[in-house]
Amino acid sequence: MARRPLVKNFTKGACCGHPSFHIEPLGIFPDPMSEPTVAPAATDAKPSVEMVNVQVDGVWMKFPKGMRMIKALEEAAKVIPHYCYHPKLSSPGNCRMCLVEMGMPSRPAPGQSEPEKDEHGFAKIQWIPRPAISCANTISEGMGIRTASTMVEEVRKGVMEFLLINHPLDCPICDQAGECRLQEFSVGFGRGQSRFQDEKVHKPKNQDIGARIVLDDERCIMCSRCVRFSSEIADEDVLGFTERGSQTVLTTHPGQRLDHNYSLNTVDICPVGALTSKDFRFQMRVWFLKETPSVCTGCARGCNTEIGSREGVIYRQTPRQNDDVNSTWMCDQGRLDFHWVNSDRRLIDPMLKDGAHHRTTTWPQAVSAVADKLRGLRGDQIAIIGSGRMTNEELFMLKKLAAALKTESLDIVPRTGAADNYLVSADRNPNTAGAGLIFCDRPGSTLATIRQKVASGEIKAVIAWRENLLEQAGFTVEELSQLEVLVAAHVMANAMAELAHVVLPTAAWSEKRGSMINATGRLQRLNKASEPPGNARDDWEVLRDLTQALTGTNGLYLVEDVFKSMATEIPELGGLSLGKIGEAGLPLLPSSEVIPLLHREADRKTRGIIVG
Amino acid sequence: MSIHYKPGKEPHPREHRLIFKNIDRADWDNGIDCYLRDGGYAMLQKAIGMEKAAITGEVKASGLRGRGGAGFPTGVKWGFISPTNTKPVYLICNADESEPGTFKDRYILHQDPHQLIEGMAIAALAVGAKVAYIYIREEFPHAATICEKAIEEARQRGFLGKNILGKEGFDLEIFVHRGAGAYICGEETGLIESLEGKRPYPRIKPPYFPAALGLYMCPTIVNNVESLCHVVHILRMGGAEYAKLGKPNNTGTRILCVSGDVQKPGYYEIQVGHLTMGEVINDLCGGLKPGRTLKAIIPGGSSSKILKAGETYKIKRGAEVVEMGLEELPMDFDTMAAAGTMAGSGGVIIMDDSRDIAWVLNNLNTFYAHESCGQCTPCREGSLWMKKISDRIVAGQASPEDVTTLESVAYQIDGKTICAFGEACSWPTEAIISKFRDELTSHTRPELADTPKNPVTEKAMASL
Ligand SMILES: Cc1cc2nc3c(=O)[nH]c(=O)nc-3n(C[C@H](O)[C@H](O)[C@H](O)COP(=O)(O)O)c2cc1C
Ligand code: SF4
Ligand code: SF4
Ligand code: SF4
Ligand code: FES
Repeated sequence: MARRPLVKNFTKGACCGHPSFHIEPLGIFPDPMSEPTVAPAATDAKPSVEMVNVQVDGVWMKFPKGMRMIKALEEAAKVIPHYCYHPKLSSPGNCRMCLVEMGMPSRPAPGQSEPEKDEHGFAKIQWIPRPAISCANTISEGMGIRTASTMVEEVRKGVMEFLLINHPLDCPICDQAGECRLQEFSVGFGRGQSRFQDEKVHKPKNQDIGARIVLDDERCIMCSRCVRFSSEIADEDVLGFTERGSQTVLTTHPGQRLDHNYSLNTVDICPVGALTSKDFRFQMRVWFLKETPSVCTGCARGCNTEIGSREGVIYRQTPRQNDDVNSTWMCDQGRLDFHWVNSDRRLIDPMLKDGAHHRTTTWPQAVSAVADKLRGLRGDQIAIIGSGRMTNEELFMLKKLAAALKTESLDIVPRTGAADNYLVSADRNPNTAGAGLIFCDRPGSTLATIRQKVASGEIKAVIAWRENLLEQAGFTVEELSQLEVLVAAHVMANAMAELAHVVLPTAAWSEKRGSMINATGRLQRLNKASEPPGNARDDWEVLRDLTQALTGTNGLYLVEDVFKSMATEIPELGGLSLGKIGEAGLPLLPSSEVIPLLHREADRKTRGIIVG
Repeated sequence: MSIHYKPGKEPHPREHRLIFKNIDRADWDNGIDCYLRDGGYAMLQKAIGMEKAAITGEVKASGLRGRGGAGFPTGVKWGFISPTNTKPVYLICNADESEPGTFKDRYILHQDPHQLIEGMAIAALAVGAKVAYIYIREEFPHAATICEKAIEEARQRGFLGKNILGKEGFDLEIFVHRGAGAYICGEETGLIESLEGKRPYPRIKPPYFPAALGLYMCPTIVNNVESLCHVVHILRMGGAEYAKLGKPNNTGTRILCVSGDVQKPGYYEIQVGHLTMGEVINDLCGGLKPGRTLKAIIPGGSSSKILKAGETYKIKRGAEVVEMGLEELPMDFDTMAAAGTMAGSGGVIIMDDSRDIAWVLNNLNTFYAHESCGQCTPCREGSLWMKKISDRIVAGQASPEDVTTLESVAYQIDGKTICAFGEACSWPTEAIISKFRDELTSHTRPELADTPKNPVTEKAMASL
């Protein structure tokens, strides 16, 4: 989040969104106080939408009727500072930071049939002497808005001053510093000087209000975003205010805690450092974090994320807006499932089993050891068990390896749980759809047969890629022990790796570039936030080397090339490339799945409760 | 029929009692029999024979303006219910009476609850409400009990319930709802939130105008106790006849609640605009205390801007504009507005020369700092800041610059908030500073400029 400019969209990790249309006023915006000029109307607006004329800082523009003022101003590339407004939540209008000067078309003077017109033929604007909130008002025909007039500047200075007088200003020890709207807007719109000479109000600090959340009431600006998120999105009405006036404090309802599986989203949307994540607090100054757009691999939803890392260490994961996937939210479980990446249980060297123990080896030796062990076996004596956590590119390379080994015993290990009626999918593998498209026809359908054949001794070699077969697939130690060859490619040390003849250390989802297909058939891209530890390598490269060792053929040097060759073989991917997927992903496979949380948001948008 | 009042409680000859006709009557109690003996509920009977639109028409013709504070025409408000509306309509009687200086509704609630119930039933019929509420502030526990009893009596006699007085489809239930002791519950949208069981955080308008999106997001009419009682008399007299009381655009009677430095503070029902401020003080209230001179008047509840003795105002009288002194001002809506203040809730606070204006200011600031709901930034933060500054002015711990800062804080609140509390807390401050700047500055010490202070306001607030 480092050095993010004054925001257009006010969600941590939000991308620019996809405005349904664009306003392009020609030339430079004139001084708001000078005479109005006219910009051409938006041309690519959907014709079915009724458009209204609104004068913004002196320029007449067209917007769809009924649009929220703040949205129209965003479309007009105006920066409107705001705290309480969030496009996905209802608008209480409580912070008063988004106030603008508003005018309505004048009415005809007595005895006249027409109002006085400006030089563009619009009724002259009658400016209203009191400012209006842009977050909750809608635009209407002939309206005028000034976003930079003296009135607006004074109002913003005033609101900023009020927000700061009782604020503890403990920025040096505040996790929000560097991505704090209070800091940003004081620089952008504040007075720069304090006139407050009295004792500040003191409130509870360091309140443990949930399993993953700490509240500092002195920092809270009472924007109620967290309250609204909890009740409107998470259906857990656990937060509220008590006391009144300047003594108002945010708290949990008696006997309640902010413990729901979406609780950390409140930390994201809190504009200040009032709500902090126990996991992240005091770990790293945010301006040192490198942000890598990625996708959560906790389930088949594939929530879009941003990985915050510094020097190879991941410090946090935050949701990235994608209105076709996760809106601006993600579940806590997925968000926090990254500490293993930096754990000391990571496999960092290839290993060969030497008697009862493993010894580390080099990659070339490990690769040829696998090739040597497999070369003597027939295809029907070998099984390859991949993972729904692998990328499309990896699954494609795994399939190539299967072809080289002439085996048809392929499957992945299904991973399921309960869907939660919000975002979490019952399918806990992030890429079952990719596996079905690329690797095996009906993921999970042949696993039992493979296990039987392993037990009966028909199958003598198993390559297990990114799955601990003891844990997830129900294999027993006895079954796996009788194999002639067991190859385990994994990221973490585990009991099955203990049994493996060759152990191949590979890369976490955050350590690679590649693609996956989520539960709604959307093709999405992972990007590399950091390097794999030690001698661990990107999975697809290991798979390439194995295939090469077995067949002598090769030609792939970049993961982009893997995608390219996949695109020539798999019709659904025809014409695509990793680059074309973009950070927002692409709809690829047909899907009738409804994402419950998004469905409810769409309904609230239709009803005008949220801007969306 | 002649009415007798309890000894010492007789109305002043210059009063004109409609609403308070039964207040302090001898041989009067708040039971329904007493009310019926006096012709009670006849106007409900009359209303039942009328078209809904005709009732609203009479109220419009009467020119009645709301007595809760804003002075909005009641008939016009009722007309806001969309004719195409299909949702339930609610009627709410605002009995939160919490504006400092205002003490009129409580007498109706305690002594004449059936007048209110009759007014509400007529109003409910006119606006199509089948459920109505009386929202009573928590400080009136007795009034709540009385109203509940009165509602039960009315139901027993068929004035409430189903098919009221035999009129098919005219159903009405009235419920008493008690607040928990917050001034902001008097603000109509805060009241609605409270009634819904939430914190009384006032709603933004637009879009939440009660007549469109009120209680449970249904069309809702909120009227003051006194306003609803006037409806009974409008039906009795006819709108046009009622409009002859008072003055054009300032019709009817209203109850003034006079407090402060007069000989006989109390409630006085007058024809709107028929008495001047001077007549209110000298005739109704027996004048100032001996040896005292008038210093200032807060004319319409604590939220209205103060008027200073010796000021002159330009007031329209017919076609001409005349200059008037404070005591010459007629007590009506338009004159008070022209004098830069408002008739508000009828709470007239008289201050003589014994009053320290810094204390007055601080007293008001303290009230508003305590009552701000805390929802929106300028009022939440500004109201307490104003109190802290005036704490220091009173304590002689302020510099002249503090007065300037205080004034600017008030203007930073004014017009920027969710609800009219923003103006309620900033207007008195703005007016007092602009009119009594010298007196306030005389409490300050120039040498204190720019030195940080640490007064004990925190402790004071905590103990409120
Ligand atoms: C801060 C505040 C407090 C108020 N308190 C009261 C009150 O105690 N009683 C009341 O009738 N109106 C009060 N009002 C006015 C109400 O919002 C509303 O305008 C009134 O009840 C409408 O009734 P009326 O049209 O009959 O006057 C208050 C308004 C504000 C802004
Ligand atoms: S929230 Fe934190 S960073 Fe922001 S102003 Fe407050 S103390 Fe400073
Ligand atoms: S904790 Fe944060 S999000 Fe919640 S009300 Fe306070 S400032 Fe807003
Ligand atoms: S103006 Fe004051 S009372 Fe009204 S909503 Fe804002 S904080 Fe609450
Ligand atoms: S964004 Fe808070 S009032 Fe508009």
